[in-house]
Amino acid sequence: MKNKADAVIIGGGVHGCSIAYHMAKKGWKNIVLLEKGTLACGATGRSVAGIRHQFGTEINIRLAKESVKRMERLEEELEYDGSIELMQKGYLMLAYSEEELDLFTCNRDLQKQIDPKNLTEILTPEQAADLVPGLNLEGLSGASFNRRDGHASPFHVTQAYADAAARLGVDIRTGVEVERVIKEGNRVTGVVTTGDEKISTSVVIAAAGAHTKKFGDQVGLDIPVIPERHQVAVTEPLEMILGIMVISFAHGAYFKQTPHGSLLLGVGDPEHEVKDFNERSSWQFLYDVVKKTTFHWPALREANIIRQWAGLYDMTPDSQGIVGKTEVEGFYLDLGWSGHGFQLAPAVGQIMAEVVSGETPFIDIDCMCLERFQRGELIPEPACV
Amino acid sequence: MEDNIIICRCEDLTLADIRNSIKKGFHNPQEIKRLTRCGMGPCQGSTCRELLLKEVAVASGKSIGELEMTTFRPPTKPIKAKSILMEGDQDEE
Repeated sequence: MKNKADAVIIGGGVHGCSIAYHMAKKGWKNIVLLEKGTLACGATGRSVAGIRHQFGTEINIRLAKESVKRMERLEEELEYDGSIELMQKGYLMLAYSEEELDLFTCNRDLQKQIDPKNLTEILTPEQAADLVPGLNLEGLSGASFNRRDGHASPFHVTQAYADAAARLGVDIRTGVEVERVIKEGNRVTGVVTTGDEKISTSVVIAAAGAHTKKFGDQVGLDIPVIPERHQVAVTEPLEMILGIMVISFAHGAYFKQTPHGSLLLGVGDPEHEVKDFNERSSWQFLYDVVKKTTFHWPALREANIIRQWAGLYDMTPDSQGIVGKTEVEGFYLDLGWSGHGFQLAPAVGQIMAEVVSGETPFIDIDCMCLERFQRGELIPEPACV
Repeated sequence: MEDNIIICRCEDLTLADIRNSIKKGFHNPQEIKRLTRCGMGPCQGSTCRELLLKEVAVASGKSIGELEMTTFRPPTKPIKAKSILMEGDQDEE
């Protein structure tokens, strides 16, 4: 094994793999990616993997626009021999009060101001029901919809980036856990694995979700991120009845149907969740998710639930990612996406590659730096669960 | 021949599908499950889990005991959403 690298990436989720690919494409040699489990085994693979333009802050709208564009051509760009299972039939956000609908309208206006070609539209409850036959209109004030949004398979998107990165020479090691990041003076000099292997490097990129906090502590940076469990239930495969993804922020619930036919029903319970690394699903969740999603879509009552799983959001105080360089030389961060990170990995991977290479990134991500928390310059994202 | 042997009945995967994944370098049953859906169907791997483990064991030269088992996920058997709703509503009262 090589014990020297030009860069070490910690985390084999969709962000780590996207960064690896974009760095290798830029000409970086000798990149090592370390993943403690298997690729996409953490937050990435447990995500429902929605993709949308419909955000409420300028930075996310820009990142989303570029990311969706790349997702549309991803199989081609990465020469993937499988399918990323992109379904791009739209994403519907249900509003359960006039205030919520006003917020969606403001978000739409901001999206159009940034990109005049943005397709987000505000729908009446009846128009929403045309998209989801049998949608319960009770309490519904309206909805936001963008037909260029959708969802994909988080496993295949990650694998596509990993395969492309490996072809460009990235050394991807799964089953290797980083124990600590070594800092000498004010710069990183390497990492040590739990197997006591040392890899010397002057560049460490930490993309390990909520686990990244510990690496921050080791180099003297306080990263305000906490894990928050969210859960998903899966139905048996059904005829294709729902092309779009549906979400309700008011109820913290979302659902989609995969091209394979099964419906994925997701719910989080931030108020009652213990903030730890528990990734096991719970029986209480099963009732909660069925109660909420059958309220939105009563026809679901007849569906068989076949399995359930849990995963961790990496929550930050303003529900926004933490991206870019830090006060510690050679130590870079990409984490904290608070439940909407999967879909932004295409653009963020490129941005990270540019930042690490000392270039000006193609989207300015200064507002997402770690120091914003000290300075009190939070950028709360209103459009997330 | 490999094309005619069904490993995962729910997801319609053949022995050839599984061996292709192994050939691509996936030597962890969890990875193969996630990429092919082997064991994700209504029966939750009750037949294919062991067949998958055996194929990986043979290919990787490991014993089945050394492999990482795919996760057993509740609720084990399919349950109608309305049954969950009914039971839960009673508990709430």
